[in-house]
Amino acid sequence: MIRNVRACKTAAEERGVIAKECANLRTAFKENDIEYRHRNVAKLMFIHMLGYPTHFGQMECLKLIASPGFPEKRIGYLGLMVLLDERQEVLMLVTNSLKNDLNHTNQFICGLALCALGNICSSEMARDLAPEVERLLNSNNSYIRKKAALCSVRIIRKVPDLAEYLLGPASGLLQDKHHGVLLSGTKLAIQLCETHPPALDYFRKQVPTLVRILKNLVVSGYAPEYDVGGITDPFLQIRVLRLLRLLGKGDPDASDIMSDILAQVATNTEANKNTGNAILYECVHTIFGVEAIGGLRVLAINILGRFLANRDNNIRYVALHTLIKVVAIDTQAVQRHRNTIVECVKDSDISIRRRALELVCALVNDGNLKALTRELLDYLRAADSDFKADLTAKICALVQRHAPSKLYHVEIMLRVMVEAGEYVTDDVIRFLVVLISNAPELQGFAVRSFFQALRSWRGQESLGVVTVWCLGEYGEMLVNNTGLLQGETPLQVAEGEVVQVLESTMKDARATPTLKAYVLVALLKLSCRFASCSERIKWLEEQHRHSLVLELQQRSVEFSAVLARHDKIKATLADKMPALDEVAYRSRRADLAPDAAARAAAPTGQPSANGALGTAGAPGAVRAAAVAPAQAQVLADLLDLTADDSAAAPTTAAAVPAALLVGCWTCLEGSVRLLLLLLLRLRQGERTCCWTCSPWAMHPHPPLLLQRPHPWLLLQWTL
Amino acid sequence: MTIRFILLVNKQGQTRVAQYYEYMRLEERRALEGEIVRKCLARSEQQCSFVEHRNYKVIYRRYASLFFLVGVDGEENELAVLEFIHCIVETMDRYFGNVCELDIMFHLEKAYFILDEMVMNGCVMETNKLNILAPIQLMDKSS
Repeated sequence: MIRNVRACKTAAEERGVIAKECANLRTAFKENDIEYRHRNVAKLMFIHMLGYPTHFGQMECLKLIASPGFPEKRIGYLGLMVLLDERQEVLMLVTNSLKNDLNHTNQFICGLALCALGNICSSEMARDLAPEVERLLNSNNSYIRKKAALCSVRIIRKVPDLAEYLLGPASGLLQDKHHGVLLSGTKLAIQLCETHPPALDYFRKQVPTLVRILKNLVVSGYAPEYDVGGITDPFLQIRVLRLLRLLGKGDPDASDIMSDILAQVATNTEANKNTGNAILYECVHTIFGVEAIGGLRVLAINILGRFLANRDNNIRYVALHTLIKVVAIDTQAVQRHRNTIVECVKDSDISIRRRALELVCALVNDGNLKALTRELLDYLRAADSDFKADLTAKICALVQRHAPSKLYHVEIMLRVMVEAGEYVTDDVIRFLVVLISNAPELQGFAVRSFFQALRSWRGQESLGVVTVWCLGEYGEMLVNNTGLLQGETPLQVAEGEVVQVLESTMKDARATPTLKAYVLVALLKLSCRFASCSERIKWLEEQHRHSLVLELQQRSVEFSAVLARHDKIKATLADKMPALDEVAYRSRRADLAPDAAARAAAPTGQPSANGALGTAGAPGAVRAAAVAPAQAQVLADLLDLTADDSAAAPTTAAAVPAALLVGCWTCLEGSVRLLLLLLLRLRQGERTCCWTCSPWAMHPHPPLLLQRPHPWLLLQWTL
Repeated sequence: MTIRFILLVNKQGQTRVAQYYEYMRLEERRALEGEIVRKCLARSEQQCSFVEHRNYKVIYRRYASLFFLVGVDGEENELAVLEFIHCIVETMDRYFGNVCELDIMFHLEKAYFILDEMVMNGCVMETNKLNILAPIQLMDKSS
């Protein structure tokens, strides 16, 4: 049959052959053909492995198990393990057969039953058959004992209550001579220690035994049956080391007893083959897991250092993986290997690159930040795209946490945006903006350097956004070269050139609507400061009156209206944004993560009558309640003003908007529109209804980077 | 800390032996196999033998036209698993005599028997070739 399947050239043909075979098998099963039953089940297994459903064969497996011959039983159990799993109800029917087989005199049949039980038993079966298994743990036959031990592992996992009964037999197993039994016995001990903490104390008494076993293994001469590459039974060594790790954790006495043998294993094992390295790796893990003395730790770190220098990728991967854990315990020692680790970030293998990057981030402190960031930035240029996103995020996180000065932060962010601007996330941009607005001495530098970067713009949105914002806020600094830092060369930039750059950015095909919206705002601001270009700016603002993107259209109309008719307030409107509250912003960012879920659930656009928040602010409402009293006073004053008799002279009306503007100025986008509404209404002598405005500082997300207008503002607008 | 599955896959991506030590539905198994195999086959000789996929770590090694993949979870010693894969190959080699893919295909149940003797419930049980092959040779003699 197999030959037929192999001969199939296409999947459809294969399906046909399999279907025919299944049909044959089904007929054979119905006819209760005893002779070939085991062959049929074997065929069934093959079909199952290829991925076709084989439920109809399950009863056959049971029948096979019940038959007396060994080969049939064997196939039956195999079929059972492969075709069934613990959730099938058919399994219950097997329990009786299993029980009989467990009591069988033939060791192999007994072993079969144990094997099946060990692989797929469910908790009910485990409970039923546990006493049998326990009895077998004490049997004379090492073959049985070994299987019974692993079977008990599964039983404990399924029914943790039975753990106490197995403590005694388990420690008996550790005294055994047979390696297979030892292997299973240690595994049982490990499982007991993991699920049943009192077992730890029980097994700690066995630590000398374990040490003796390990010593025999390490020191003994050539034992052919267990030898792998010159080392005696490495699997057992590794298992014992792991058990020692569990036992020594948090216990100085036990760790003391083990330290000798650990040192011996660490020094004597040959490291030129994978086997030796595997043992050393486990040894290093154990040293860091127990309460080891300093000398041992140094030994372990040296081993890891040797691993790092190894040419084999697997070894390096493993070393990096362990070093991440070690860094938490002993950063100094790992710093020595920093250069090698940074080399690994550039490796061709992606698993190694990822590990190395994590390790580098764990290693960074204020001292080595500059060197490390320089290396990472150099590599950013060469990295491939899926790695770039990770790398960018990590660099930004590092700089945000450890930047020695604001100037450094700005410089590095500029470089990152130039190299990989597409991958920079919004909150990084926000952070940068907050930083710049709070650092007046850097504003000139920021605007100049970003402007130069924009000249060679390749479409990175983050770079575009930040540059345009800077130009809008600090455009005059650029033209007048104010705030020059030491060592900075002054730029010769005319006002017209700035506007030209903004215009070309807007026209660029790669500019997103968000970016265009920022350009519009920036142009408005510059119109007051660059008197020579106001006509041109006015024309530019009007270009988007008919844009299909709502945000752009809205802004264009509003700003054109401001530019055309409201010269008096234009200056105030287009003034710089006040410095954003950095401390509050940082703490709010810390709050933001748990609030994100609440925010998502909060209904958007619920205008409320009294100094409440804008859209996304429902969790912010709690915070705002605290802030509200102070702000409420301001708002109350403003509201009083609006309630003024509208018969007041137009001059008062003009003055009122100015006051309101000043008060509500901080809400950049939404308030501009509302204020215009207010202006127009007041001019016409209408009373306005009270509206809500969120002072910008209360807003959880600074509207600078709003992607859409507040829905509640739109609501007001329609009023 | 346990082995979740052992797969033997050939260069074209067809599964030759699949032993799972945890419950997974049939469609999930096929999907899993497909994804992992594609990842492993795409890697070159120079790269690491360890691949991370979902919450498993897959350790693989290539022997002629067969890939031996072992999926582990948690904090398993990867280098030890590599040794174990080599142990499986040597045991099969001893039993079949210069084992190749065809041997495994045509004597599927024997391959499973060998695996069962070595690993139980995701834990390595026996690594001594004599001990492993004894019951199987006994069974061959009796039938």
